[in-house]
Amino acid sequence: MTLLLGALTIGLILSLLAMGVMISFRIFSTPDITTDGSITLGAAVAAALIVSGVDPLTATLVATAAGFVAGATTGVLHTQFKIDALLSGILVMTALYSVNLRVMGRSNIPLLGSDTLASQVSGLATRIAGSERLNVFGWLVSPSDLALLLAAFVVASLVAVIVLLFFRTEIGTAMRATGDNAQMVRALGANVELYRIFGLATANGLIALSGALFAQYQGFADAQMGIGMVVWGLASVIIGEALTGGTRSLGLTLCGAIMGSVLFRLLVAIALRWGLNPNDLKLITAVFVFAALVLPGLIGKLRSAGIRQLQPSREN
Amino acid sequence: MLALTNIRKTFNAGTVNEVRALQGIDLEVAEGSFVQLLGMNGSGKSTLLNAVAGSFFLDHGSIRLAGTDITRWSEHRRAKLIGRVFQNPFSGTAPSLSIAENFALAARRGQFRGLGWALNRRLMTELRARIATLRMGLEDRLDNAIGSLSGGQRQALTLLMATWLKPKLLLLDEHTAALDPKSADQVIQLTDEVVKRDRLTVLMVTHSMQQAVSLGDRIIMLNRGKVAHDFSGPEKSRLRPEDLVDRFHEIRRRELLDERAAELLRASYI
Repeated sequence: MTLLLGALTIGLILSLLAMGVMISFRIFSTPDITTDGSITLGAAVAAALIVSGVDPLTATLVATAAGFVAGATTGVLHTQFKIDALLSGILVMTALYSVNLRVMGRSNIPLLGSDTLASQVSGLATRIAGSERLNVFGWLVSPSDLALLLAAFVVASLVAVIVLLFFRTEIGTAMRATGDNAQMVRALGANVELYRIFGLATANGLIALSGALFAQYQGFADAQMGIGMVVWGLASVIIGEALTGGTRSLGLTLCGAIMGSVLFRLLVAIALRWGLNPNDLKLITAVFVFAALVLPGLIGKLRSAGIRQLQPSREN
Repeated sequence: MLALTNIRKTFNAGTVNEVRALQGIDLEVAEGSFVQLLGMNGSGKSTLLNAVAGSFFLDHGSIRLAGTDITRWSEHRRAKLIGRVFQNPFSGTAPSLSIAENFALAARRGQFRGLGWALNRRLMTELRARIATLRMGLEDRLDNAIGSLSGGQRQALTLLMATWLKPKLLLLDEHTAALDPKSADQVIQLTDEVVKRDRLTVLMVTHSMQQAVSLGDRIIMLNRGKVAHDFSGPEKSRLRPEDLVDRFHEIRRRELLDERAAELLRASYI
């Protein structure tokens, strides 16, 4: 049960990452590798500040702002210096590796015993419940785990609602159109470059927030924790799109990203439980995303080939 | 309204791919005038339109629109004054956004975009009424993705979007060239209606002699980045498509003659 709750909580925390990837990859049509660096940046900034005695909420907000700046940097490299989007991301991600080590001062900061958002939530829950075990529908669960799951859910929902509302405003709608048809948005008088910078900044702000919360939940920040996270986010987004049936509705797409992230984390937890070597995880994630990207087209092709075979008279 | 003074643009200057697209064009367009730009491929008509729209900056010369010097204005800043319809029906609309959302963008062309809702009831009501005038049955499909519509429908909507806020200048870049004849006729008819109703100032590039003679009050013929002929007033209204074709042939002949003369001179003196 603890394992399940843990997987769900991590899934929800990483759904912020999934939403960030969705913004850069789907809304702005930019594959943004800054993600790998900015999730670590979020964790590093939050952990370093918390260890030095800063209030964890402030630390988390500062971490988010740091991610925003990292994303904006990628955006500036891409739009102002005309560097390919992918390469801009790679440059910033690489630079962030050093920045993260500088911020942390070493490659790993343990947060066990420090005052974090996670420890505050569990402390509060244990005090309210008054016991270490709670009976929920016949299962004995720790109130602290339950409270963390609930808190992660609230944060993810809140962020999703804000993102949804923002992309329905005048400026948000114009930004959505930017990824679709930048030429048109320019012809309608919007500064496309500024939008792209803002979009990448927002995406990476969310990703850093995800990293900050993740570090506080798992109890440490590590310089290596960001490796492959963009692919993880993509996997979540893709699963989410499958779950919501490739809808055009922004609200459903966001829900899909959250559900995708949770489901993916759950699948991973189950696979690890069944004895999957954790070292193989990145390979499997990458193969999964590859399959998810290629299969829909392949299935479509096979289907149309099948139809052609069934109706040979069409060709005459 | 629009004044171009000796505008010049060379692409890839100093390389083998050098293209002297605009070689000193002077043009004054009066308010409410509907100007057709004609010319062969590579004559600079689309380049001229893009220069006015701000897709690139000029090497030389200036552009004034509605009393303001916009020569150094960025493309998106000029959008405050200029409405555009592109040749490619896919260029003017954002396919995954709904019809209504596309118009919500157009309704704030060149204005500040804030945190107000993009769609509101007032806009929707007005939208339904205006789109109904297209008689395409689209007023009931405002929530559909615009990408699901045909090229002709999208082009008609783009025209409506470009003129939703009355622009000081409307740029039409062969906006019917990619459409089937029936849709092209519809869009041309719509263009005529909208331009007359709002008394718009228009620069339109076309390949069709028929469109050139039947629409507008002035024809500018371009050749090799320069104005080759300027038909207006009674001369324009008397013009038939054949006259334009003749004029084209004349230009072509003169050019061939120039080349042959140059060849002759080269042969005898070098």
